[in-house]
Formats: sequence, structure tokens, C-alpha cells
Amino acid sequence: MSTESHEVHHDGGEHEGMTKKKIWQIALVLSIITGIEFIIALVIVPGHPDYLRFANPAYIFLTLLKAFFIVAYFMHLKFEKIGLALSIIVPILFIIGLILVLTNESHHWIDLRR
Amino acid sequence: MSTAVSQIDEVKTTPWSGGRSPFNVEYGKIMMWFFLLSDAFTFSSLLISYGSLRFSASVWPAADKVFQSVPGLFESGKPLVFVGIMTFILILSSVTMVLAVEAGHRNAKKEVFWWMIGTIVGGFMFLGCQALEWNHLYHEGFWWGSTPGHEELKHLFNSGTEAAQHLTAQEFANLFFTITGFHGFHVFTGVIINIIITVNVLRGTYEKRGTYLMVEKVGLYWHFVDLVWVFVFTFFYLV
Repeated sequence: MSTESHEVHHDGGEHEGMTKKKIWQIALVLSIITGIEFIIALVIVPGHPDYLRFANPAYIFLTLLKAFFIVAYFMHLKFEKIGLALSIIVPILFIIGLILVLTNESHHWIDLRR
Repeated sequence: MSTAVSQIDEVKTTPWSGGRSPFNVEYGKIMMWFFLLSDAFTFSSLLISYGSLRFSASVWPAADKVFQSVPGLFESGKPLVFVGIMTFILILSSVTMVLAVEAGHRNAKKEVFWWMIGTIVGGFMFLGCQALEWNHLYHEGFWWGSTPGHEELKHLFNSGTEAAQHLTAQEFANLFFTITGFHGFHVFTGVIINIIITVNVLRGTYEKRGTYLMVEKVGLYWHFVDLVWVFVFTFFYLV
């Protein structure tokens, strides 16, 4: 029993994956993505109001990209066993379900308010 | 006696054949992951409620008009600057957290300690900024159940009737204080947990244990707090 728990302990650390250099690279990527968001919000959209409909999907895409980098590298999920990664990611489908249901519902609320 | 073992009696060593964790992760870390998953559901419910109320509203306060002050420096005219500072503080404190985890892999006690201190300082700075932001909105008249008067409210919208503006400004205020408050509460507990872990690092608890796995577990929580902020930032300040 003790050897087993030792084994789990030892391998659980997963030493491969994140070096100091890699950490600063990911930090740079996150900062650049945030910078792009600010450029869209402060420079591109104020000059061209028509671009607003492209801005929101762009924000959401960039946010999901940031979320991927944080979860995959900072939270180390990319280097964990596939079973663990799936058991965390697959339940997120429920959240997508709730988004679909409630956005649909909110369109109905607009009609009710008219 | 034959020593040959029939195929069916062979001890299987695949990840799912028992005797060890198929996830190859220590128990406490798996539990932290599942706690974070449940927390993700809570935050999603809040943010999706916000989204559906906003979708169904005819007007909504314009973010670049509501959030345009830098407390202590500029009363107005600087949209997104202050929240940009807050975002970078939280990203940086996330970076110092991973660096603490990385130092923990090398059992470098001193490095873990200083990176944890950096993370705690970042957390307190973020909380301070949050308090200034709340204070600013409160003095403008926003709170749970109250909004500024019509004259001030007019300047926060791009269009809409007085009644519609009043209604959605109230929705905005309730959602903003609830969601950023719940996130701020997570940051606060995160800072407290980080302090406890840092004290343990200093006392050599993990050095004796031979592993800095606890630092990794609180690290997961701290990154999750950063992750939620990424979404709060987008949906309250950008969209």
C-alpha cells in the first residue's frame, strides 16, 4: 500500500511541461491577448461604430483563448492524464447547454416586454 | 506444478485495472479539480443570468461611460484604464503562483516562499483596486437596489427612454455587485489560503513532507480565480 501511494505521489507531480522560460512565454501570450482586447475596445471600435458587431465575437474568442492558456498551461491540465482532462472538460457541455437555453429564453422575454 | 499463467489470470497493469489512481494524480488534487468544476458551474450560472437579462434589455449602460475613472488620478475620460491595471495585476499574480509551483518541484524552499509572497501582494493589490472601484460606483449612486438619479443616469447610456434606463441600470448594479462581489470573495479566500500555505512553507512543513503538492493545489484555486476574472472582465467591461 505504501509503495503504491508513493508511486502516485512521485508521478503525480509531473515534472515535465512547465519550465521557467515556458511560464514567462505563456505570461507574454496572455498579456498580448489582453492588449489586443484593449486595442479593439479603445482604438478600433470608437473610430468605426460599424465594427461593433465584429468586436463582441472577437472578445469572446480571445477570452476563450486566454481561458485555454490558463487551464492548459498554468493549471497544468494539458500535461495530466487524458482521463482527468476529459472528466473536467466534458461537464462544461452543461454550461454550453445553459447558455443556449437562456439566450433562447431571453429572446422570448424581449417579445413579452413589447 | 506449472508456472505458466493462463492469459485470464495475468495481472493487468493498465490504468483502469485497479490498484492505483487512473488519473495518476494525488487525491487532494483531484478533489480540488472537482471543487473548481462545481465553482465553475456557480460562476457560469451567475454570468449566464447576466447575459440573458442583458440580451432581453432594450438598452444597457455603456461600459466605456460607466467605467472611465482611475481613482485618485482621473475622475473621468479614461475608459478601461483602471480595470486594465486590475487585469494585469491578477495575471501577474497568477504567473508568480506558477513560478512558486515550479520552484516547489525543485524543492527550493526559499524561492517558493518569495514567489508566494509575490502572489499574496498581487492578491491584496487586486482587492484594493476592487474596493476603490466599488467605492467609486457607490458614490455615483449605484448599489444593490439603488441607482443614480435620472440626470446622472442619462450620461451613462447611448440611447433609451428614462424608464428603460432606470430599469436596466438597476439590473446592471445588482448583477455587477453580486458577480464582482462573489469573485472578490474568492480572491479574498484565495489570499487567506495563500497566506496559510506560505506560513507552512516558512515553517518547513512541506520540506519535511518531501513534496510541495499543497502549493500546487492552492495554485489551482488561484488560477481559477484568475480564469473567472478573465470572463468577468470581458462580459462587464468589454462587451
